[in-house]
Amino acid sequence: MIVLKTMTGLKLGSLRRMATAVVVAAGIVFTSGLSANAAEEAREYESHDWSFYGLFGTYDRASLQRGYRVYKDVCASCHSLRLISFRNLVEIGFTEDEAKGIASEFTVEDGPDAEGDMFERTARLSDRIPSPYRNDNEARSINNGALPPDLSLIVKARHGGPNYIFALLNGYSEEAPEDFHLTDGMTYNPYFAGAEIAMPEPLFEDAVEYGDGTTASVEQMAEDVTHFLAWASEPTLDRRHQLGFQVMIFLILLTGLFWIVKRRTWKDMH
Amino acid sequence: MADSAQDDDGVTRRDFFNVAAVAASVVGAGLAAWPLINSMNPAADVLALSSTEIDLTPIEVGQSITVVWRGKPVFIRRRTEAEIEQARADDKASLPDQELDADRVQNPEWLVMVGICTHLGCIPLGQKAGEPRGDFGGWFCPCHGSHYDTSGRIRRGPAPRNLEIPEYIFLDDTTIRIG
Amino acid sequence: MAGAPNREYKNSLVRWIEYRLPIFSLLDHTIGRDYPTPKNLNYWWSLGAVLTIALIIQIITGIFLAMYYVPTAEGAFDSVERIMRDVNSGWMIRYIHSNGAALFFAAVYIHILRGMYYGSYKRPRELLWFIGIIIFILMMATAFMGYVLPWGQMSFWAATVITNLFSAIPWVGDSITIWLWGGFSVGSATLQRFYSLHYVLPFVIFGATIVHIWAIHVHGPNNPKGISVKGPQDTIPYHPYFTTKYMVVFGIFFIALAFLVFYEPNYLNHSDQFKRANPLVTPANIVPEWYFLPFYAILRSIPDKLMGVVAFGGSLMILFILPWVDTSRVRSGAFRPVFKQFFWIFVADVILLGYIGSQPPAGALLIIGRLATVYYFAHFIIILPLVGWMERPKPLPESIAEPVLKGEGGQ
Repeated sequence: MIVLKTMTGLKLGSLRRMATAVVVAAGIVFTSGLSANAAEEAREYESHDWSFYGLFGTYDRASLQRGYRVYKDVCASCHSLRLISFRNLVEIGFTEDEAKGIASEFTVEDGPDAEGDMFERTARLSDRIPSPYRNDNEARSINNGALPPDLSLIVKARHGGPNYIFALLNGYSEEAPEDFHLTDGMTYNPYFAGAEIAMPEPLFEDAVEYGDGTTASVEQMAEDVTHFLAWASEPTLDRRHQLGFQVMIFLILLTGLFWIVKRRTWKDMH
Repeated sequence: MADSAQDDDGVTRRDFFNVAAVAASVVGAGLAAWPLINSMNPAADVLALSSTEIDLTPIEVGQSITVVWRGKPVFIRRRTEAEIEQARADDKASLPDQELDADRVQNPEWLVMVGICTHLGCIPLGQKAGEPRGDFGGWFCPCHGSHYDTSGRIRRGPAPRNLEIPEYIFLDDTTIRIG
Repeated sequence: MAGAPNREYKNSLVRWIEYRLPIFSLLDHTIGRDYPTPKNLNYWWSLGAVLTIALIIQIITGIFLAMYYVPTAEGAFDSVERIMRDVNSGWMIRYIHSNGAALFFAAVYIHILRGMYYGSYKRPRELLWFIGIIIFILMMATAFMGYVLPWGQMSFWAATVITNLFSAIPWVGDSITIWLWGGFSVGSATLQRFYSLHYVLPFVIFGATIVHIWAIHVHGPNNPKGISVKGPQDTIPYHPYFTTKYMVVFGIFFIALAFLVFYEPNYLNHSDQFKRANPLVTPANIVPEWYFLPFYAILRSIPDKLMGVVAFGGSLMILFILPWVDTSRVRSGAFRPVFKQFFWIFVADVILLGYIGSQPPAGALLIIGRLATVYYFAHFIIILPLVGWMERPKPLPESIAEPVLKGEGGQ
């Protein structure tokens, strides 16, 4: 990770140094893959065979629903998912009543009422999934200075996308090498830039009870939650692939037609 | 189009391909326009925000409140006995938009309707004490002089229809949800 | 452009309109039956028409995006995500707009290189070339400001870096930068003025395009042989010949656009763009959009702030002197064997600069980048004049219509 390389001719160098100083002072070593002491390159990860890859790829509804369970039971205690509303859960195969039931497990702040007071009420389908924190400052103070990033766009916001997230979630099983100096409060993970991460190991065998009887191994949960987060990043992918096929067929035929017209128009010219 | 050899049936083959290419282009442009036009329809989050819950306890008999639902005013009136009787009596009067009072309320005491004049979209008067309520004791639209009765039905003036009743349910005796 | 109406229109409504407002003869003279076009124009000449289509697509999709976009530092990121998630077909409109911009630049680069290869900038088309450069610079400004609007990390830091270029100006640089920002750093005020300009500049480009097309029609387009039209035997009407020829290219353009939009919509994007702008954290490696990379590499290769900015500006401005540094009397590169080789070396140099612009500036790449920058300028200042003097061009054909030996000069 090349962080402190100066860019000649730009003010950016000093801005960047300043920014890095602020980051270090705040003790944030967790943000956006930018780590102050990220001397070591992160390990390469393998490409996983996701069902949403390819020209006809679609999300796997069962995996998405399991992934939501993992998010809710494991990730949601620290990570917000602020761009997703409960109504969106209908898109991943929950019935409207199931989605309403999920929403009713949450309370959201609403108001002001007639007296001008804010009040709590049960969440509805139209509400966003509430964040576990009131704001970023609370999130940092609870998490030892590290800000757990919002997960709504995490798959698109990381180089490597779902493969990186999947590798990272599976990357906790290894012990740190003997000569590796692990900072206090950090966990070793070879896939994270700098190989140490503020997020402690999140997934353990059977951390989640799947409704469909799937065995909740760490790898299974990592796959499901990555699948779910890929959907959260790009919920329109299914529709996009479906429509794309029709559009491509139409355009190829149209271009073929144009080609024929051109050939016939120019026939007597050569 | 340049000339080309004619087939036996009098239609040139180049003509056919030309017409097909132009037609396909026009169809394609039309199909491409639809997403653009459709994008101006209400977005999914707007459609989802379509219900409002209202606590009725603070409203006294003979009082009205105005609440906002989908950005529009909704009139909620706790009608007096006299108003209810008047509304029922008016069922037999000559109405431009024939409707029974019983069909316009779920609980006769509570009249819930969208407070937008069906003429050109102004907000009728009659919600607050002291406002003109028209010749039929209900609401009066100052824009073009439409008179509504105690059931919100149009009685006189240019408005074509009665004030619209939104979809709503009583969650319990003192709470309704509109939408 | 429009001469006196010299064509009898059969349709009476057309005739009625034509008598009062001669738009039909204007069209016929501009892109129709009454526009005599050199018969040997190849497919590379279609890019001008493609660019017009691309500009129209950008303007239309942009107008619809603007109906939902919120130009404030607080609201921009979320409003873009709302377009992507909740607005009907919003994702498609936005992906067409963002990928359309990339293809727009791909087409404009091919268009410019075509002009350079066939000598389209030479007398009497110098002003045509100038207007083209102005359009290109306007496009770069528009694209840059459009990239800032989603207010992701790359947006914010691109805005910071580029506006900081102006601080290199001696004495008044800092004041100019603050004036550009409307504050003491890139913020809501900056975003809103960028939005305002991003909305209006495409219409300026559209106007400049009309002037560009007008200028083409004064002496007619250049052609692959680079020799002037001598008579009617050298030309054919634009319609139906070139309309049908270029429709094929439109089809290919749309297929490329649809492939990007529906299958790889974020291929040209950067993952940091999906992080909300954060003024306290700079991304590890700031990379501009691919179409700025060669110029970005030139900017970085000079180890002095002011001179870097001067080189950056100079790399664009030097295009203006092209009609005079090219000393050859022969227009088309097809008849210039030495120039042809240097042309392709120049293309390779620009691609190399693009690669270097995408990499962190360090070590050997920094040195190679400097050499490539020097070569970029040398191509204009040294190589072109020398080649023009010393090269012995191939014999030119008598006319466009004359059959050419060994298939020289494109089809």
